[in-house]
Amino acid sequence: MKQNLNVIAAYSIMLGLIILVGFLQSWSIALSILCFCLISAVMTMGANIQWGYAGLINFGIMGYTALGGLAAVLVSVPPVKEAWQAGGLNMILCVFLIILMVFSIRLILKKYKKSDKRNYGIAFVIIVGLILLRLISEPAIESIEAVNPATTGFLGGMGLPILFSWIVGAFFAGALAYVIGKIALGLRADYLAIATLLISEIVIAVIKHEDWLSRGVKNVIGLKRPVPYEIDLQGKEWFIDLVARFNHGSLSLINNALEKEQILKQLVIESSTVFVKLCFAGLFSIVVIILLIITQKALYSPWGRMMRAIRDNEEAANAMGKNVVKQHLLIFVLGSAIVGIAGAMMVTYDGLFTPGSYRPMRYTFLIWVMVIVGGSGNNFGAILGGFAVWFLWIEAAPIALFLINFFTSSLEETNALRIHLINSIPYFRFLMMGMGLLIIMRYRPKGILPEKIKNI
Amino acid sequence: MDFLNALVLLLNYIFVPALSYGSQLALGAIFVSLIYGILRFAYFTAGDLMSFGTMFAILFTWYFQSLGISLGVFPTALIAIPFAIIITILFTLVTDKLVFSYYRLKKSPPVMLAMVSIGTMFVTQAIVRIIIGPFDRRFFDGERFILKANEFKEITGLNEGLSIKSTQAITLIVTIIVVTILFWFLNKTRTGKSMRAYSDNEDLALLSGIDPKKVVMITWVIAAVLATIGGTLYGLDKSFKPFTYFNNMLPIFAAAIVGGIGNPFGAFLGGYVIAFSEILLTYAYRKFFVYVFPENLEPDSLIQLLSTDYKFAVSFSILVIVLLFRPSGIFKGKVL
Repeated sequence: MKQNLNVIAAYSIMLGLIILVGFLQSWSIALSILCFCLISAVMTMGANIQWGYAGLINFGIMGYTALGGLAAVLVSVPPVKEAWQAGGLNMILCVFLIILMVFSIRLILKKYKKSDKRNYGIAFVIIVGLILLRLISEPAIESIEAVNPATTGFLGGMGLPILFSWIVGAFFAGALAYVIGKIALGLRADYLAIATLLISEIVIAVIKHEDWLSRGVKNVIGLKRPVPYEIDLQGKEWFIDLVARFNHGSLSLINNALEKEQILKQLVIESSTVFVKLCFAGLFSIVVIILLIITQKALYSPWGRMMRAIRDNEEAANAMGKNVVKQHLLIFVLGSAIVGIAGAMMVTYDGLFTPGSYRPMRYTFLIWVMVIVGGSGNNFGAILGGFAVWFLWIEAAPIALFLINFFTSSLEETNALRIHLINSIPYFRFLMMGMGLLIIMRYRPKGILPEKIKNI
Repeated sequence: MDFLNALVLLLNYIFVPALSYGSQLALGAIFVSLIYGILRFAYFTAGDLMSFGTMFAILFTWYFQSLGISLGVFPTALIAIPFAIIITILFTLVTDKLVFSYYRLKKSPPVMLAMVSIGTMFVTQAIVRIIIGPFDRRFFDGERFILKANEFKEITGLNEGLSIKSTQAITLIVTIIVVTILFWFLNKTRTGKSMRAYSDNEDLALLSGIDPKKVVMITWVIAAVLATIGGTLYGLDKSFKPFTYFNNMLPIFAAAIVGGIGNPFGAFLGGYVIAFSEILLTYAYRKFFVYVFPENLEPDSLIQLLSTDYKFAVSFSILVIVLLFRPSGIFKGKVL
């Protein structure tokens, strides 16, 4: 019971803080913090499944996030017909070639025993395949990128509603995780961390520089939204009525009709952004709640107990006849798929896909701070970590400004040190994250809401 | 003559840059490898420790420049390095005392320590950005070139020029000196031997009376020295930007693992393996083939195996291949 009280208390404080931001700064800021908190919560749930349930380190979160984002582009953007005519056939041919390569390598792996000959055979297949790929794809890529490069210059997507991409993103990320897991899961823990970190860099490099697929650093903007646009809302009768009813008290105080109308107009514009963000927050909360229910069920199922057994003592679990390798791969794929959903959600919310903005500090290490601070192995903890750390990440600047002003209040306004400190406010968030992580790891190594295991 | 031209071309665009870049990576990889061998965790602060050291080298350089001290043709940063090293040593020892020693004494699993090093990474990054800012800084002074392309052309009468920047020569010379001293220290002195013993088998080393505190302290000192020197050389050769240094952590790790993590000599060679493969695979060979092949066989495309955008991807792919076929690295480090 005490544990539950802790959870409730922690979450109420968190919500209280967000509401406080709403009152002190603006509701629009508070809601966008909430939306990103929810997205972070999905990411931490993914990382928490891997780390908390199974003890696998995955430093490749950035890669899966970006793949989820790519899925959002490929699903929602309408296809570019000219580009498909220019080079679509060759690209499809390339896909078949890659599939062919994979199958022939599998065939070699199956048919021949481990030997130098086999390695040479595989190397031969890969090199010939790469040369063929290059020959087929190069002219196609050139002609695709030449199609109206200022606005398209890529193959485009399927033109479906963007909500589908949340599922597709999960599949993309899961597929990548399957490949990485096959390669790297046999490694020792910290080695796996480095390998996944590097592989996620490769994923970003590919997304950044394969313009025919993702427009690369030229970015994709203006993705369709699953929720109404502000401009449309402002013209809708029912929305204006709703705003008027909400602000009935303050509006009725104004006597001048013209003034009243103007204030109402202002209010409608403000509330339309709030309304859109509320819609997003609602959608995201649905995802978080569904995932939370599933992961909680999984945690206390026989499967979850098996995962904990594998995490705590791999050899014993192996001796009990549990297939450790298979379960590790499964959980690696599942966790990464959840991160993929979060990636697609984020691009949906932003409405744009900017491959250049994916950096390991923000998308890998920050998520890890969230998991560790919140409490690994406990889903409520992980979500709380996502909320708390993201909140701090955004609100670090005002807090730092306040602290600097407080401590340097004895100095003059023009003091060089004071000016220097105030100019470097954005970097205090790194300091806070680092100190937070170090303090939590030292004094509360299991996180704010530690893992609780029901004894049955 | 054409053949000579082709050779000079490769020297100028591949060999010389790769050699200096490789040296800078190698210095980083050695200390990552040492920390992995002796303290037994992956030190994620590596790139930021280098930027920390470099930052102080820059600050001291500015200070000396303001005093009017300079080395003439050599960059002023060379006199600044020893002072920067002292501060970096203090920094590593303090972080060890405050942060890492607790987990070491508790015998936490390596993963825990790696996580903690992410915490110190955030803090170090913040310190660097707060003190010097996130911007690109050049702090090179003195003579820029040892050999200019034009001069080379005049002397030899070849079509292709060979230019050697003084920073490249300094990098190579300093690396040779530092690495020679380091390996002499590790292989010949008593302390160095005890460090290697501690890395091979901790329990046995403790039994034979090796003081773990001293071993750990010396490891941090070496790490600080190598990080500062490597970072400053990189900054002199290219430029100093905290974000680039953070990113350099990745090829450094790749070099350490390719060379066999926990094995400093392997890491040293691993640095060059990574640097050379990055540059060899992303160089456009068209001009080279124009010289080598007779006229009718001249290629019309760039003959570039990979676009330069994939520079980082190359080193990581090598890493993956090494992991698959020789998990202990090319030069046999610890089996992971």
